Amino acid sequence: MDIFLQQIINGLTLGSIYALVALGYTMVYGILGLINFAHGEVVMIGALSSLTVIRLLADSGLPGPVVVLIGLLAAALVCMALGFTIERVAYRPLRNAPRLAPLITAIGVSIVLQQLAMLTWGRSYHSVPALLPAATHEVLGATFTEVQVIIVAVAALTMAGLMLLVNRTRLGRAMRATAENPAIAGLMGVDANRIISLTFVIGSALAALAGVLVAANYGIAHYHMGFILGLKAFTAAVLGGIGNLAGAVVGGVLLGVIEALGAGYIGDLTGGVLGSHYQDVFAFFVLIVVLIFRPSGLMGEKVSERA
Amino acid sequence: MTVLLEARGVTKHFGGVQALKEVSLTIRQGEIYGLIGPNGAGKTTFFNVLTGLYPRDGGEISFGGETLRLASPHEVAKAGIARTFQNIRLFANMTARENVMVGRHVRTRAGVVGAVFRDRRTRDEEAALRRRADELLRYVGIEHRADDVARHLAYGDQRRLEIARALATDPKLLALDEPAAGMNATETASLKSLIEGLRADGLTVLLIEHDVRLVMGLCDRVAVLDYGEKIAEDVPISVQRNPKVIEAYLGGSA
Repeated sequence: MDIFLQQIINGLTLGSIYALVALGYTMVYGILGLINFAHGEVVMIGALSSLTVIRLLADSGLPGPVVVLIGLLAAALVCMALGFTIERVAYRPLRNAPRLAPLITAIGVSIVLQQLAMLTWGRSYHSVPALLPAATHEVLGATFTEVQVIIVAVAALTMAGLMLLVNRTRLGRAMRATAENPAIAGLMGVDANRIISLTFVIGSALAALAGVLVAANYGIAHYHMGFILGLKAFTAAVLGGIGNLAGAVVGGVLLGVIEALGAGYIGDLTGGVLGSHYQDVFAFFVLIVVLIFRPSGLMGEKVSERA
Repeated sequence: MTVLLEARGVTKHFGGVQALKEVSLTIRQGEIYGLIGPNGAGKTTFFNVLTGLYPRDGGEISFGGETLRLASPHEVAKAGIARTFQNIRLFANMTARENVMVGRHVRTRAGVVGAVFRDRRTRDEEAALRRRADELLRYVGIEHRADDVARHLAYGDQRRLEIARALATDPKLLALDEPAAGMNATETASLKSLIEGLRADGLTVLLIEHDVRLVMGLCDRVAVLDYGEKIAEDVPISVQRNPKVIEAYLGGSA
């Protein structure tokens, strides 16, 4: 029982990070019908650029959480500029091209960003200074750290804020209108290009946050961390129903929990043949099952919350 | 009467097909101007060119004394031209009120900063926007459906919602593409009084319509398109007797 609860806690932590990244995939898909495969790399660049800032400030005498916050703000600015640039340079010229062209371009952008990150930060694994409160607490035999609580809380608040933005503001209405029909939204005075840029910028800010959180969670960051993370967040978005914001959140959390439980029990289930390093298998197993039985995702038919 | 819209030699082709051949017409302030013609004559194409959905290949359009450049739709909306569609194109998954509120986008300002910080001005603007949306829904007679998702509205109500959404942009010219299509006699009659009310409130209306009785009963002047060319422009009674028009509609030896 204690391992069950323990893995649920770990799964929620991981899942809220997946959810933040999945929102970026789903927002762009909702508005452009494009899978932005470079999104995982934006997360990676968020993690590494926050790390650079955090290291610069490590000896400044500022309290740890403040340093992390400054690192996060810096990462958010870098990623927002990056997201804006990617859309402008790589996707906008292909807006009316056949769907495969921007898709291949996205993969190309992903490779370019990964290589640039390798040149900038090197090939090594960077350890992330533990600046957030890391005390552990125990509940019913399971332990959790304060970092985990911070991750879940920050992710939840951010996602609630995004929902309000999309559902309750003028900007959010313009985003939903553009997602449904950019030409008609244009007739209402919505500048579709501006909305699309903003969608990338907002998604990239979420990616930066996810990058900082994932680095804090594992205590490690490296130039190819974005690939597998991006792929899993994409899986989460598909699981929830791509294009659907609430779906991305549900899919992210669910995928995190499935993965953690799988990693926790796989040893017992296979009599010790497979170990917890097979954790990644579960994400893609889930993706395959969803694609077979429910291609539109768990919340796929409820398209009203597209953005 | 002052001229509101003047099109001179507007031309549009799709590949080898000449959809609009040097169409020139003049719409005066405050009139209801009908645009009729057989299927495929280029009426909707003219609307699409006028509202910036299609770039035009030639000709000039001036509106309220200013030349409309090859403008994008949101610039056309800003200039004061709004339209509805022959095949209704609402934001199907948004509520009726939200549809109208989006229509108001061009006349409101709140941006990213306002959306994030919800300052006083943003909240005031949002409240005013909501009031105006409800007013417009009442004006077209569907205020009781304000919170319903657009795709759940009855057909006639969807048409009314499209008009409310177009009105939300504060247009000087309202272009209606076959607003009576698919409506029964009662619905058409109440649509007619709605359009007359719009004109009485100072709006200029450009109307594409197949319902000849509606056009003849409503329009001050009518232009007839055939194969992308304007073949007549006059008061309804004269257009009805124009031999070229009769030939276009009934098919002739030409």
